[in-house]
Amino acid sequence: MTPRDAILGKIRGGLSGADDAARRAAVEARLSTVPKGVIPARGQLDDVSRVDLFCAMVEKVTCSVARVRSHDHVPQAVSDYLRARNLPHAIRVGEDRRLKTLPWDDIKTLEVRRGASDGRDEAGLSHAMAGVAETGTLVLSSGPDNPTTINFLPEHHLVVVDARDIAGDLETVMAKVRNAFGKGKMPRTLNLITGPSRSGDIEQKIILGAHGPRAVHVIVVG
Amino acid sequence: MQITSPDFKQNARHALDDVQLQKALGNVRAGFIDKRQKAVDALPEFEALRDNARDIKNHALENLDLYLEAYEQKVTASGGQVHWAETAADARSIVLDICRTRGARTVTKGKSMITEEIELNDFLDAAGIVPVETDLGEYIIQLRGEHPSHIIAPAVHVNQDQVEADFRRVHTHLAPDRDLTAPETLLDEARQVLRAKYFEADIGITGANFLVAETGSSIIVTNEGNGDLTQILPRIHIVIASIEKIVPTLDDAAQILRVLARSATGQDMSVYTTLSTGPRRPDDPDGPDEYHVILLDNGRSAMLGTEFQDMLRCIRCGACMNHCPVYHSIGGHAYGWVYPGPMGAVLTPALIGVDKGGHLPNASTFCGRCESVCPMKIPLPKMMRHWREKEFERGLNPATQRYGLKAWAFFARRPWLYRLATSIAIPVLGTAGKAKGRFSWLPFAGGWTKHRELPAPETRTFRQQWSQREALKQGGAA
Repeated sequence: MTPRDAILGKIRGGLSGADDAARRAAVEARLSTVPKGVIPARGQLDDVSRVDLFCAMVEKVTCSVARVRSHDHVPQAVSDYLRARNLPHAIRVGEDRRLKTLPWDDIKTLEVRRGASDGRDEAGLSHAMAGVAETGTLVLSSGPDNPTTINFLPEHHLVVVDARDIAGDLETVMAKVRNAFGKGKMPRTLNLITGPSRSGDIEQKIILGAHGPRAVHVIVVG
Repeated sequence: MQITSPDFKQNARHALDDVQLQKALGNVRAGFIDKRQKAVDALPEFEALRDNARDIKNHALENLDLYLEAYEQKVTASGGQVHWAETAADARSIVLDICRTRGARTVTKGKSMITEEIELNDFLDAAGIVPVETDLGEYIIQLRGEHPSHIIAPAVHVNQDQVEADFRRVHTHLAPDRDLTAPETLLDEARQVLRAKYFEADIGITGANFLVAETGSSIIVTNEGNGDLTQILPRIHIVIASIEKIVPTLDDAAQILRVLARSATGQDMSVYTTLSTGPRRPDDPDGPDEYHVILLDNGRSAMLGTEFQDMLRCIRCGACMNHCPVYHSIGGHAYGWVYPGPMGAVLTPALIGVDKGGHLPNASTFCGRCESVCPMKIPLPKMMRHWREKEFERGLNPATQRYGLKAWAFFARRPWLYRLATSIAIPVLGTAGKAKGRFSWLPFAGGWTKHRELPAPETRTFRQQWSQREALKQGGAA
């Protein structure tokens, strides 16, 4: 008997007496219909208030926030952030078309590095696929557009999120993921990021910048 | 690791006398409880979410075989590989086989209690493969040659000056006169040392908080980001997870996530919740080339269908130990194996046997705080009572305790005798302790009074007070 069969056999033994056909139907139903569960009222707001809540929540988890009218203003917002913190005027960014087609050349001396990060970048820029107002969470999916290494290796992570992509709750984002990648399919990595990296492992004092970015700057477009 | 749960009483005595430990435990009492309460108070739906989280896990456990099959199918479809391990030894040899066939020499690790359970680090060390813990707390205790004393704050028993001493002892390539007085500098030093390790490692090993049947994803929840660097930089990502980590859908995971971080650290969400599905895709510029999941049973399937099935709902948030007066007094190491606190007191006898872990369920006054804060509503005191019954049935507790219980039962079955005995004893104790209201010493009770005081009883028994109260009420009504 394979270890697989042995384990499944022991589980079935423990659940003995259960009606297998009914169980199978219940499992199939749950996987296909995906019941919603309890959705907190906190994020269930009109469009304007939802984006406001998102901004308040990301600040609560010690991110900084900038709001710009359109994607065209993103390069200036990136430059402003780097200059205000005296960082090298360079940014690591993936192939995301929403970021690639921006007027980067308008910002003199800003070096735009393309592709995944190798750990030598001070600052990286990603485009989130969504935001969650309830908790101030950014949702980023892996791939050439927004390589996962940019989320973790640079000291400063700048994240663009479109105001239209800010949902009230995580379940709405999961529905969007199903829609984008197909039901039951996922990108290699889906990162839900809520604030900069931190540790409380030394005497339970919270310190920012453990292994990931020390700072997360959110640029909300629209 | 050597199991010292059978020596629990001795361990507890040492812990109570350990000055450094007692100082460090002050941080548990101070930090976790208030933060959790604040986060819970800020979410009116918290109780409803707890109920739903419990129901989701119950449903998953009642259909565990089917969800594991669905999960496996999805992992395989996304290019990953599932390995099944009945025992800790099986899981270890699967890891070693992957390491050997790929010529791996260094392994980075995200924080994982399951790898503590299977004693992976010692095993890899012995096989000539270097395991590097990357969570700050795990890194600290690895340097100290210790095991976690808390399931989410593994180094909670260590004080800052001890961390500084350990870093100076091990990081000898750095300037000996460097300033390490602030915790920030300690964190920075660990960050720099470990950053290099992520890039050197051939394999990254993480645990999993959840396995999602709908998509074949494994989910890790962290605050440091070490688990992410562990799994995206090396060539191979191995997930080791026990079978009960399964949840049906992404939405089910989202529901339980809402109670997990709040119960653990008082955050609405932990900083990083990461869903990993298979290896890197053809056009991905980063991520691992191989993705393996080792599904470990190690005694869990035997808990299904028993009075301990509810324990398999546990999501390892640590709230039960954060709120446990026994844990507050003795810390985690005294429990003598991997899982401390109330959840450990229930799980340990199930996984290593009641003959070895039988003391742990006795280390409770059944105050019920653990159950009242458990996000999965696990009836921990009830299950500790089940273990006590089993221990007694099998004659495992010491003779004095058995005679004591029998003596008590003798009185309890004869109410007139019980009343007589207490009506003599209570006034004596009550009068003797009247001045202070408590005893700091009592004959034959030195084991109790050495580390805590015994409250002095009222001078009359409960029944005497009750009848007087009833009589007064009757008098008042008349």
